[in-house]
Amino acid sequence: MRITSVLKAAATAGALSLLMASTALGVTLNTMNGSEPGTLDPHKASGDWQNRIIGDYIEGLMAEDAKAAPIPGQAESYTLSEDGLVYTFKLRDGIQWSDGTPVTAADFEFAFRRLFNPATASEYAYLQYPIKGGSEIAEGTMTPDSADFGVKAIDDKTLEITLEAPTPYFLDALTHYTAYPVPKHVIEAKGDAWTNVENIVGNGPFKVTEWVPGNYVKSVKSDTYYDKDNVKIDEVLYYVQDDLAAAFNRYRAGEYDILTDLPADQQKIVTDTMPGEGRFAPFQGIHYYVINQEKAPFDNVNVRKALSISINREIIGPDIWGSGEPAAYAWVPPGTGNYEGVTPYTPEYIELTYEERVAEAKKLMAEAGYTPENPLKLQLRYNTNDNHQNLAIAISAMWQEIGVQAELFNAETPVHYDALRAGDFDVGRAGWLNDYSDPSNTLELLKSGTKQADGTINWGNNYGRYSNETVDKLVTDAASEQDLAVRAKLLGDAEKLAMDEFAAIPLVWYLASNVVKPSVQGFEDNAKDTHRTRWLSKTE
Amino acid sequence: MLGYALRRVLSALPIALIAITVCFFILRLAPGGPFDTGRQLPPDTLANLRAHYNLDQPLFMQYLIYLGRLFQGDLGPSMVFDDFSVAEMLAIGLPFTMMLGFSAFTVATLVGLVAGAVAAMNQNHWPDYVLVALVMVGLVIPNFLMGSLLQLVFGVYLDWFPAGGYVPGSIPHLILPITVLALPHAGRIARLTRGSMIEVLGTNYVRTARSKGLGARLILVRHAIKPALIPVVSYLGPGLSYLLTGSLVVEQIFALPGIGKYFITGALNRDYGLVLGTTILYLFIILVLNLIVDVIYAWLDPKVRFR
Repeated sequence: MRITSVLKAAATAGALSLLMASTALGVTLNTMNGSEPGTLDPHKASGDWQNRIIGDYIEGLMAEDAKAAPIPGQAESYTLSEDGLVYTFKLRDGIQWSDGTPVTAADFEFAFRRLFNPATASEYAYLQYPIKGGSEIAEGTMTPDSADFGVKAIDDKTLEITLEAPTPYFLDALTHYTAYPVPKHVIEAKGDAWTNVENIVGNGPFKVTEWVPGNYVKSVKSDTYYDKDNVKIDEVLYYVQDDLAAAFNRYRAGEYDILTDLPADQQKIVTDTMPGEGRFAPFQGIHYYVINQEKAPFDNVNVRKALSISINREIIGPDIWGSGEPAAYAWVPPGTGNYEGVTPYTPEYIELTYEERVAEAKKLMAEAGYTPENPLKLQLRYNTNDNHQNLAIAISAMWQEIGVQAELFNAETPVHYDALRAGDFDVGRAGWLNDYSDPSNTLELLKSGTKQADGTINWGNNYGRYSNETVDKLVTDAASEQDLAVRAKLLGDAEKLAMDEFAAIPLVWYLASNVVKPSVQGFEDNAKDTHRTRWLSKTE
Repeated sequence: MLGYALRRVLSALPIALIAITVCFFILRLAPGGPFDTGRQLPPDTLANLRAHYNLDQPLFMQYLIYLGRLFQGDLGPSMVFDDFSVAEMLAIGLPFTMMLGFSAFTVATLVGLVAGAVAAMNQNHWPDYVLVALVMVGLVIPNFLMGSLLQLVFGVYLDWFPAGGYVPGSIPHLILPITVLALPHAGRIARLTRGSMIEVLGTNYVRTARSKGLGARLILVRHAIKPALIPVVSYLGPGLSYLLTGSLVVEQIFALPGIGKYFITGALNRDYGLVLGTTILYLFIILVLNLIVDVIYAWLDPKVRFR
């Protein structure tokens, strides 16, 4: 008897709490958000799971529209000086932090100085290095309060930003969270604790009201946001959910409105059984293999060519992974901005059938002295992941035909990239997602390393150690070129030259995979995979 | 008794120090660091980050800094969860993990003991076969599969329970995770109970009791249960400490706010502070539980005396 009454009480309590969870006021959007954010400080964030929350509660000078293109945000307008170096932003009237304090140009200046300040130790500060003095402050050669710094609050409403060199993608870079303002008055009072939920203040369409680490962050519509009348979601929950297969189950159980990622092998199920809900759209990133060109025989362009053309890229997405990643034959992702007028790169071998490519690759390998009987032995490294493993197995089988015997070696991510950086590999797997929509972002990956004070070369993200002076010069010249058409051509030439020399092996273009309930409107596929809640609405 | 407990605690301190030291240096031997991700940071950024976390100091200095902080009760910062210290992360997640662990432990112990005793008393009859078969199922299905299965069946198809997540105070959210956590332990406890019960029921003193004309129930309660529990109790300590330290798999599948994932994700991310903090917490839990088990063990078995 007693046990049944306990059970009854428990069931009632459970039902009540469920009821409480589901009867929130207005429209609630439930978003599966991936990992625990860990920080809501825009200067310390480094991942898309943080960006989704931060970009809803803070807004920069420029904001993103539903398709993630830059539109005026806290700034209502801007002018650019003739030399392309000085932007003058005019802030909107009446913009406020969520505690009612006005947002001023001083908040922006304070934020940029804080971003570069070495004490902040911001991981992504370098995205704003186009700003004059930014990298000097980060390096410690300029003090964080120096008057020579390129960001100046002229008055409450006017902000002037001076750049090192003309930067055509700068407005796009301003939509990144590293360029967001932070509330000077709160940080001065609370220090690093300003992002604690009881202190946190933003200027975006939503404000953070609850943060349960490992569980969820909750934001509600802000009543101090200038465009609040057009915000249709009242409350948004960003759920921590690391396991993707479990996330999909919860989506099917109706617990999420939006899934921001999906196991690749479930794409087909979604496409077949939930028409219209799977949103698999190209997004600016490339999955590729690097070849260590400091080692023989990989310094031989024909060996690199053989390795590259013998890979059947068309089957990677559909057959190896069961997903829709398109084959990549070029270096700059399709849809990248500031690349108008450049014919998309296609390699010469695209004319050949796959059989002809294999025959050609065999011939090239034989010329280099390798045959199936006397194979080239190499180590293929990848970071531990089912997709990477399946791909490596498939590619090593394709290579076997042309006289290459690949030993597969996998390691967890930090170890993998540590080895790539140290040059301790033959062929290695890598991936790159564009930080901003500009061809220079991917082409910088193929620039020669810079010599360090201790005589070693810092290859940066150029793991394959590809080095070509002409490519370096084209990319460097483009960085200071003001005429966008000329700049695009310089970068296009660099891409062609590097790809003709098989600087790396492009494999597939990344695909953003979201799954969105039919009740959610306003979710526009875009190449940055950024979908601010401000543009969404939901019908019950 | 108190002296015994105190001696045990004191003797554990050097063990804890050795464990922390070994863990600290082994972590640093592993290649890669917390900032080795897909994109290399500019040298100045990397230098700033390393200085921020004292990683620019010589390794032994870092060790001293860590120990110094530790003696002041500070577990240091997390390198991945910037807005929290390690102690804060653990303090937020631990109550949930302990609640879940204790619940699963209680369920597992009750179910395991009853199932084991029933099976032993019906040895080689159908209740025994059915229970042994069920126990095997609970033991051999790995928890990631069991979790996904239960989630799919009860969360998606039948829609009886939420498929994941946790709303504070909500019991329905806990049913599936507790089941997944409890099943293998219930299985092990049932097997242990059944085995030792069968052994005890075959001993001379039980036979003597039976020949004196004592009823089966009285024999069980008065003579068989206590000695039969001894092997079970020695399993309960490690079993409970396992449940209290949380489960990566169950927390990931059901998206629960516990600490079970910190140890493994911390190690994979090279979040040194988080791994060390978790290790110290585990040490503490295991130490306390072993102590409790030893005391219970002594109470159950008159041959064991506090020394």
